[in-house]
Amino acid sequence: MTEASTDSPMIRVSAVDKYFGSSHVLRNVNLEIPHGQVVVVLGPSGSGKSTLCRVINRLETVDSGSILVDGKPLPEEGRALAELRADVGMVFQQFNLFAHKSVLDNVTLGPTKVRGLSRNQARQEGMRLLERVGIADQADKYPAQLSGGQQQRAAIARALAMRPKVMLFDEPTSALDPEMVSEVLEVMAGLAAEGMTMLVVSHEMGFARRAAHRVLFMADGEIVEDTTPEGFFEAPESERARDFLSRILTH
Amino acid sequence: MQVLIANHGAYLSGIATTLWLCLYSGVLTLVVGTVIAGFRVSPLTPLRAFGTAWVTVFRNCPLVVVLFFMAFALPVLGLNASYFVFGTVGLALYTSAFVCEAIRSGINSVPAGQAEAARSIGLGFTQTLGLVILPQAVRSIIPPLGSVLIAMIKNSAIAGAFGVGGDLYMTGTRLSSAQGEAVVPVLIGVALGYLIITIPAGLLLGYVERKVAIAR
Repeated sequence: MTEASTDSPMIRVSAVDKYFGSSHVLRNVNLEIPHGQVVVVLGPSGSGKSTLCRVINRLETVDSGSILVDGKPLPEEGRALAELRADVGMVFQQFNLFAHKSVLDNVTLGPTKVRGLSRNQARQEGMRLLERVGIADQADKYPAQLSGGQQQRAAIARALAMRPKVMLFDEPTSALDPEMVSEVLEVMAGLAAEGMTMLVVSHEMGFARRAAHRVLFMADGEIVEDTTPEGFFEAPESERARDFLSRILTH
Repeated sequence: MQVLIANHGAYLSGIATTLWLCLYSGVLTLVVGTVIAGFRVSPLTPLRAFGTAWVTVFRNCPLVVVLFFMAFALPVLGLNASYFVFGTVGLALYTSAFVCEAIRSGINSVPAGQAEAARSIGLGFTQTLGLVILPQAVRSIIPPLGSVLIAMIKNSAIAGAFGVGGDLYMTGTRLSSAQGEAVVPVLIGVALGYLIITIPAGLLLGYVERKVAIAR
């Protein structure tokens, strides 16, 4: 979008602190994600990884520090913030599809109301995206009529319909039945392969190994390790990461 | 019961006046109540404060006081209109506080993730509310809203007594006091007249509630 976009990282988080009441959920977090990088964030529950994901499009506010998306500081409330959010795709653990709208209408709502696309154009584009995530045959159904995996793929299509610069995934497979996890991960791996910048909060070790360029390990609100997938899984440096891996890999 | 048959014309025109009063008031109160509910969930502190103040004033003032203010204080301030207009507006403003709270409870019944998803695709506050939240809130708003609107129809009797005149309640008062008819049959007629309005209103609301049902 801007001429400077290749010089600055897609996301820059500088010295961010965040409290929920008295609990310190993000502690002096610094992070730069270059264009096209796929970052998987791992960590025990309560480590702040979802919060890190949510502060980047300001679904949560930070108490101090700064966040830049594609070189631009995150605006306060208002139109500028809405415009930024349109450029940052977000996929939620609970899908959050609009329950009163068909799958296709979920996908076309943003493009028509925010991007100003005509209804026809948005529907064509929407169908193309639904085809890409493999649920074009479900376009006229309501979210409640779909399986969890189909709903999450529809949610990914809804985010992609805005043509985002970066995609945030907040535990996208954690609410899914095991047999539906792979269909969602496949869509995400496809996106990664196409060069989308992605921040993925997830427990899917296979996806981290296969699709990620970089793994962040968070504990108690801090980024404890910042390394490659191989480095993290084969030679974790910190005690906390080794402890975490031993707990999830023994089963 | 002779009085009902002999004066059916007066009763019918009383029902008509009450119906018009309530239709105008009902539309106005739904619009005002929705806007105030929007204020109360707005991210802007001044709007939230205004909404809270509005509800506090109109929910806690007796309707009679609101109507007194409309009918006697506004003309002093140079605002003149017919009693019908004052009655309609006063009733609508008073009721809007209750409409607002019914709508707000509906807004709160929609899972927070729906608003987060709407904001995350770049919808602004008004779009999020109008396109995503309110359409889903309607279903849980209808039952409490129905009670509020039916209470409003009955409260219209107070507006009638304030000089709107010719409404159902005042028709009854006129028949019994001015024409000296027996009070009990006259009042039975008045009660039947209100039932003729409120029972279909309740049925209509039930129908709307079924129409807007959302599968989850």
